[in-house]
Amino acid sequence: MSRIADCFQRLADNHQKALVVYVVAGDPTPAVTVPLMHDMVASGASIIELGVPFTDPEAEGPVIQLAHERAMRHRVSLRDTIAMVASFREQDTVTPVVLMGYINPIEAMGYEAFAALAASAGVDGTILVNVPPEEGQVLDQAMLSEGLDPVYLLAPTTPEARARMIFERTRGFIYYVSVKGITGAGNLDIDEVTRRVAAFKAYATTPIVVGFGIKDGESAAQVARVSDGAVVGTALVSLMAANEQEPVRLREAVSELVANMRAAMDAVS
Amino acid sequence: MTSTVENDRQAASEVRAAGINEALTVMPDEKGHFGPYGGQFVSEILMTALAELDQAYRHLKNDKNFLAEFHHDLEHYVGRPSPLYFAERLTKQMGGARIMLKREDLNHTGAHKINNCIGQALLAKYMGKPRVIAETGAGQHGVASATVAARFGLKCRVYMGSDDIARQSPNVYRMKLLGAEVVPVTSGSRTLKDALSEAMRDWVTNVDDTYYIIGTVAGPHPYPMLVRDFQSVIGIEARAQCLKQFGTMPDAVVACVGGGSNAMGIFYPFLEDRDVRLIGVEPAGHGLETGQHAAPLSKGKIGILQGNRTYLMQDSDGQVLDTYSISAGLDYPGVGPEHAWLKDIKRAEYVAVDDKQALHAFRQLNRLEGILPALESAHGLAYAMDLAATMSKDEIIIVNLSGRGDKDIPTMAKLDGISLD
Repeated sequence: MSRIADCFQRLADNHQKALVVYVVAGDPTPAVTVPLMHDMVASGASIIELGVPFTDPEAEGPVIQLAHERAMRHRVSLRDTIAMVASFREQDTVTPVVLMGYINPIEAMGYEAFAALAASAGVDGTILVNVPPEEGQVLDQAMLSEGLDPVYLLAPTTPEARARMIFERTRGFIYYVSVKGITGAGNLDIDEVTRRVAAFKAYATTPIVVGFGIKDGESAAQVARVSDGAVVGTALVSLMAANEQEPVRLREAVSELVANMRAAMDAVS
Repeated sequence: MTSTVENDRQAASEVRAAGINEALTVMPDEKGHFGPYGGQFVSEILMTALAELDQAYRHLKNDKNFLAEFHHDLEHYVGRPSPLYFAERLTKQMGGARIMLKREDLNHTGAHKINNCIGQALLAKYMGKPRVIAETGAGQHGVASATVAARFGLKCRVYMGSDDIARQSPNVYRMKLLGAEVVPVTSGSRTLKDALSEAMRDWVTNVDDTYYIIGTVAGPHPYPMLVRDFQSVIGIEARAQCLKQFGTMPDAVVACVGGGSNAMGIFYPFLEDRDVRLIGVEPAGHGLETGQHAAPLSKGKIGILQGNRTYLMQDSDGQVLDTYSISAGLDYPGVGPEHAWLKDIKRAEYVAVDDKQALHAFRQLNRLEGILPALESAHGLAYAMDLAATMSKDEIIIVNLSGRGDKDIPTMAKLDGISLD
């Protein structure tokens, strides 16, 4: 079984939901990323989405755009990001790490070279914001042959026939983007999320995690109640900006937010 | 000259010898691919909107009422057909082939951009979208979008890089006069590329009531196809005008390429006229060897940005490079996917012209023909002038004079050390 499948099995056994955390590799500095990953796991994160810095993060709101810019100042590349995962794996062989970002750095490296390097470093999969299943077929083959999971996204605008097709293509889990908009935008409409996730469940082939609009324990708990997990991104990344000059305070703040969310989610599961 | 015209002639005759047998005008395929290029590299939120747009366009492009409205506005609002004008004194100066100018600068709003905007505003109207958004570099597409929004009674917001706002101030004020909201984009390189990303962010947020008018033959499918189709009125007219005036096809068609909409518009109707050389001219900025340019077809590598796979200015890590050109409208790291395909199959040739050459052509056209070209168009003109000098007097070159240069007067005055205040 893949690390991701193991993770959801373990969560189910413990009657817990997945807390998926997103940070950008190298934000605010490359040195802080791996310790931060361990901190988040210790505070209750289940899966780490590690953002791959890119010059043109088209789907991101201002908070995550700035995170990409901070990481780009240190010239953190896809190769560097994968090296961080290898370093993380020296101490943690259990927590799934999924690379999240845009296709071009992978295109530049070459699909097969990427899949081989990522798998050997202990990466578990990818979430590529600008690659719908129609454009991901060749990359998927390279990834699947290395045991990596291509994770796809669903949106509020995705009709049922298309959602069924995407479930056939996704591996590990599926990411439901709960808001029409960019990262960090809008507020969670929990009734709508409940309705959509319930509809997906009728034909879902993988766990469903929900992202966008989750900023604290309360919203994480609301989402956890109706799905298989909650993704938190912008709320974590804004702590990077606020504590850019103070790495110790930064790690404390991140750990505190993750622990709060974990506790709130566990209270309702 | 960055690429010598002699070398290019050699390459062109090799293309003709190689021969391409399949039809060239059938592209893209159903999913928007031009060979390996194009496609729909966008977030899931937009996939349904793009499918709706594709469906609406495929239906409307054969709809009599839609086409009648489009052509009515091209004639009565834009002022088409635009003339195919013989630049006699310029031709005499160069001493070779006849230089014919396709006068898109005479269109309403002063550039070819309006052709596409009329088409897309009509699409917005037929699709029931009350709000349009657009990105702009030089401001020509922004002005054209704001113009059609006023004409059709649509709300309009234009995204523009803050660096471009500084260098194209007349167009910024003009958009505001037209009732559009101009939003400065301060992320990334603060130019056209970043304006396009910001417009995409607006679109994912407001996808229900908003139509995104992309200004060039790039972005996700179906944009490269539909923008090309709306702009191909340029080539259809030019081809007929050339036949009427000379009873023959031109020997070469030359156009500047940023995203590539004016070039695609004039090339497309000539694709099957295999003896007609199609030459796209990219901005070499301070020179291709300096790295400070915006010439992905000349110097880029294949990559994916803003919805499509194409040639891209990028580093070895796949990060997009900052570009430079004196012309804001050509200052873009990617290029329309159909150009990438035409380059690979060698149906079109792509060359580059630097700032100095473009400025020289800009001044020459003013002095010899009394025409003020846009700095963008001056790139195509510069190459055509050198090319003409190597050709015989009975040969014909058509240059797409894609826009007029009023917007560039502040830039030019500054270069000449003249204060306009």
